[in-house]
Amino acid sequence: MTTVRGALRGGRGGRGVGAGRGSAGGSLVSRVAARTGGGALRVFLILVALFWLMPSVGLLLSSLRSPQRIGESGWWRVFGEPAQITWDNYSELLGNEKVMGSLLTTAAITVPATVLVVVIGSLAGYAFAWLDFPGRDGWFLVVVGLLVVPVQVALIPVAKLFGAVGLFETTAGVVLFHTAFGLPFAVFLLRNFFAEIPRELLEAARLDGAGELRLFSRVVMPLGGPAIASLGIFQFLWVWNDMLIALIFADSGSPPVTVALQQEVRQFGSNIDVLAPGAFVSMVVPLIVFFAFQRQFVSGVMAGAVK
Amino acid sequence: MRKRGRLGGTRPWIAAVFLLPALVLLGALVAYPVVFSVYRSLFDASGDGFVGLGNYGELFSDDGIRTALKNNVVWVVVAPSVSTALGLIFAVLTERVRWGTAFKLVVFMPMAISMLAAGIIFRLVYDQDPERGVANAVWVGVHDTFADPAPFPGAKPRPRADLGRSGGGAFMTRSAVRAADPVRLPLVAVRQEDVRDARRAAPAGPRPGAVTGTVWLDFTRGGGGRPDVIDGGEKALAGLTVEAVKDGRVVASAETAADGTFALPAGKAEGARLRLPAGNFAAPYNGVDWLGPMLVTPAIIGSYVWMWAGFAMVLIAAGLAGVPRELLEAARVDGAGEWQVFRRITVPLLAPVLVVVLVTLMINVLKIFDLVYIIAPGSSVRSANVLALQLFQSSFGTDVDEGLGSAIAVFLLLLVLPVMYVNLRRIRKERRR
Repeated sequence: MTTVRGALRGGRGGRGVGAGRGSAGGSLVSRVAARTGGGALRVFLILVALFWLMPSVGLLLSSLRSPQRIGESGWWRVFGEPAQITWDNYSELLGNEKVMGSLLTTAAITVPATVLVVVIGSLAGYAFAWLDFPGRDGWFLVVVGLLVVPVQVALIPVAKLFGAVGLFETTAGVVLFHTAFGLPFAVFLLRNFFAEIPRELLEAARLDGAGELRLFSRVVMPLGGPAIASLGIFQFLWVWNDMLIALIFADSGSPPVTVALQQEVRQFGSNIDVLAPGAFVSMVVPLIVFFAFQRQFVSGVMAGAVK
Repeated sequence: MRKRGRLGGTRPWIAAVFLLPALVLLGALVAYPVVFSVYRSLFDASGDGFVGLGNYGELFSDDGIRTALKNNVVWVVVAPSVSTALGLIFAVLTERVRWGTAFKLVVFMPMAISMLAAGIIFRLVYDQDPERGVANAVWVGVHDTFADPAPFPGAKPRPRADLGRSGGGAFMTRSAVRAADPVRLPLVAVRQEDVRDARRAAPAGPRPGAVTGTVWLDFTRGGGGRPDVIDGGEKALAGLTVEAVKDGRVVASAETAADGTFALPAGKAEGARLRLPAGNFAAPYNGVDWLGPMLVTPAIIGSYVWMWAGFAMVLIAAGLAGVPRELLEAARVDGAGEWQVFRRITVPLLAPVLVVVLVTLMINVLKIFDLVYIIAPGSSVRSANVLALQLFQSSFGTDVDEGLGSAIAVFLLLLVLPVMYVNLRRIRKERRR
């Protein structure tokens, strides 16, 4: 995964800094090539970027128009008449208890599901990396092997299981489900990361009289920072954005935001004034996380996309 | 697997404490469900009757599921390859661009949002109404650039005017025209937006050597207009085609001017009857039914590519950074063109990364659910069906059959297995390096 880190930021390209230029990076040939072919390439890339932005911009601008305007013309009319932009849909949405409450539910599911995966995954990852017990590598393979299980396989059985123990349609149930399915990847990632910790460090701590738990919480966890960050961000976004599991296991009385919006989609067309701002509000947190933690996000997605 | 150090001196029960939470959760919620699903898939809907592999047989005989299977094949073939191809193109093109990072950010951003949000975004993009859905707005715009749109869709003659239907949506005068006698062709039922900027209609004066006339909207806003008379404020219908027809043949044709008047050469049009061809009044082209049964799956795949091309791009860009510069430079110095360098060196060197991307996307696509569930409207949901959606419907939908649902789940697992095997082997190889 190290090759992947910083993939968004530093291709060798543009800002490839002095190091690249000297050795092989921006040699004369490639710089000349960049000059000559640059114009058409630039135009092409700008067009592609605009094309890629357009769908989201469409939703954003739709969310800023009155329901009546949305009904009679396309969002691009805003460019001809910017005065029609209004925050009404958003202030309306703030008063919409169902949608606002659903955001709280989403947070109440996402935060514990992320913390639990990190904690439980770290414990197991540490055990697989450094503790001594019979059949260790075999167990590790089994755990990693569970990566292949699609969540769909567990829907019916876990629904029955949760039904039997009273977890069906509860936030706790959704949290447990997400935690369990986050674990194979978490254990895999963290075990490999922890295994790189220099043995001397751990032995020195042990000599200082640190017990297993102390060693874990004071030495291993802090050292695992980068891996834990990638994992945490990946899991956070995964759970925040999930709809399928929430659809089945979440309390239908106070559903998370994806389910609440999904129920609105049924009347698509008549309620874009709710859907568009709602979708944007649901995207705010993921986008903040994305822009704030690009690097960890990229490496997390790279490693975790098999899920 | 590399043999790593073990810290000596730990007792097994400590390891057990560290492992217990993970193993309990994995056992109860991941491993046990696999066993249960396999078991349950051998029984009928009620769960009492053993049906052996009957449910699996139904996967291939039930029409709805067959559609789902077929669509899954389309998905697995098209979505990963298109996403990967675009990702490769973008990665290579941005490599040497100064603001490549900004570009990558834009293309990668959809990865951060939920498939639900992406679904809502694309429901809007694909809206049938060209005045709302941008896909059809563009499509209709392009179409109308090449095929002139009808100037006045839906317009028709004022009742009791000297104009009758002549078949196919055209209108024809009942009497023949003469050069000295300007014709009045009054129309009504013109859409407001088609005459918003129209000028006032002017009565055509008699002109030597020409058959003249006026086509106008015979309707005065606020009332007070007289039928068949060009009243003060009545609007001209410009750009309308008028044909002179003699013995069923078009002998001359003209287009109305901004004031609604037209003139036809008298030599040809004298004694002919005038026809307003159907092309003037055809309903406007309404674009493509993106979410109709025919196109719904490709349309949804489009939204998937929008989300995941960025993923492919970033992975490939990371691989590209590992391609030895010297090799490319050497080839360029030897006179290889950019395309040759790309085809002969870059792509082969990137092959392992491309495989990883393809395989990862395939696993992902096999389980596609949210996008289809959100984007496909009720009327074409059957045509857009995929396995994961069918599984959801069979397990929790309206006509529940848990046996069948479990069979689909196990089938999905079997489909993912070989693909995942390739991926895991790759991971292990990478570790060993």
